[in-house]
Amino acid sequence: MIRFDNVSKTYPKQSRPALRDVSLDIEKGEFVFLVGSSGSGKSTFMRLILREERASQGAVHVLGKDLARLSNWKVPHMRRQLGTVFQDFRLLPNKTVAENVAFAQEVIGKPRGEIRKAVPQVLDLVGLGGKEDRMPGELSGGEQQRVAIARAFVNRPMLLIADEPTGNLDPQTSVGIMKLLDRINRTGTTVIMATHDQNIVDQMRKRVIELEQGRLVRDQARGVYGYQH
Amino acid sequence: MRAQFVLSEIGVGLRRNLTMTFAVVVSVALSLALFGGALLMREQVSTMKDYWYDKVNVSIFLCSKSDVTSTPKCARGAVTKEQRDQIERDLNNLDVVDTVTHETADEAFNHYQDQFGDSPMASNITPDQMQESFRVKLHDPKKYKVVATAFAGRDGVQSVQDQRSILDNLFGLMNGMNVAAIFVMALMLVIALMLIVNTVRVSAFSRRRETGIMRLVGASGFYIQMPFIMEAAFAGLIGGVLACVMLLAGRYFLIDGGLALQSKLNLIDFIGWDAVFTKLPLVLAIGLLMPAVAALFALRKYLKV
Repeated sequence: MIRFDNVSKTYPKQSRPALRDVSLDIEKGEFVFLVGSSGSGKSTFMRLILREERASQGAVHVLGKDLARLSNWKVPHMRRQLGTVFQDFRLLPNKTVAENVAFAQEVIGKPRGEIRKAVPQVLDLVGLGGKEDRMPGELSGGEQQRVAIARAFVNRPMLLIADEPTGNLDPQTSVGIMKLLDRINRTGTTVIMATHDQNIVDQMRKRVIELEQGRLVRDQARGVYGYQH
Repeated sequence: MRAQFVLSEIGVGLRRNLTMTFAVVVSVALSLALFGGALLMREQVSTMKDYWYDKVNVSIFLCSKSDVTSTPKCARGAVTKEQRDQIERDLNNLDVVDTVTHETADEAFNHYQDQFGDSPMASNITPDQMQESFRVKLHDPKKYKVVATAFAGRDGVQSVQDQRSILDNLFGLMNGMNVAAIFVMALMLVIALMLIVNTVRVSAFSRRRETGIMRLVGASGFYIQMPFIMEAAFAGLIGGVLACVMLLAGRYFLIDGGLALQSKLNLIDFIGWDAVFTKLPLVLAIGLLMPAVAALFALRKYLKV
């Protein structure tokens, strides 16, 4: 599903690489936590998968494709198979909940009949049935993140990438979001989640990948947030 | 791709950026109006050339009795019958000459009276002040020099005059105005292009949230860029329509109503409405395409896909 072969990334005008010689495999259907302090390279790792950046060295394979060889105009098609969720939700404030979700289908040219069917379905899945016509500003943080997850999932991606999805939420709400992500994972969707939330990682007992100063320092199945000595 | 979705995005974009849109519309309209005006002016010059060059003659004025004292070339006396016949024979033998008409002083006087009979000047003119002349029509009006060199120095010839040279001054003036119009047009065009680039940049910046989300969910580059390009094209099209209105109104004001040059200068053959209409599609097409292309280039810089 995802393979990093000796990947390094150095941003222009910076001497210190953001990622150094990272190699790993993520299989289909896995749930992976990506941990590490700020500046450890988590965001770069995510951006490489989304091909917002290209690796300086090494090869990144996503969904069986070498991203270095993927031409620019094919990138949008690759991204349609990925869903993304962010800490700051990134909803359109002037569109309703249903319109925000539908936006993800409209911009890739899905027929209207299909959108009308898929949007209520996915809103039900994330637990927002009946709130289709609310504006994002009227919703709580947890609900807004559910809208964002619905938008990321409405096109049934193979891979869901979540960058600190619970970063702005209280612990109780976070648990709800994690349950939702777990449910999505059980449908066969691979989930990669960057997080600083120790409780969540410790409770879920999923694979944990830790980065430190751009290096892969730990890759542990059924791991916890920090080392347990 | 769904038209309604795209159209609503364009409407939102244009309204959000109303002042810039207005500036783009005005500058495109002005530059295109000047462009169309320059095209029409060129056509007017060529129409007039066709019309006048067909009518103009080379005139060979012959010495009259009154010229003997006033013009050095006629110092040897007024033209004699032999001289006149010789000139006419020689003219008819020249290849470049089409037709030759002889106009006596009396005939010249009558023509003058016909044309300017009601002006006060006409009443002071007498037939012997008028000049006898040959009106020579050439196959090719540009071959004037042949006639001039052959007859200018001859006894009995006062002067050889090419009426074309008088017209050329006028055409030169009109061409000069044309060049000036094209220069101003080029300047306006640059301003219009810079405004479009800036408008697109502001527009792309104010919608970076939407475009960011579009990128994330895998919208194609074309899909993301199209609303911006359509916006620019739409504003340009409005500018083009305004330019067309200006051209039509301009022709009406100058030629028919307002200045009414048609009735004041009835010797000039003005371009018709059809000439204006044939320019309009070009003006509209440029108004539509130029901003779209400018937007495309601006987006490459300001909208990463």
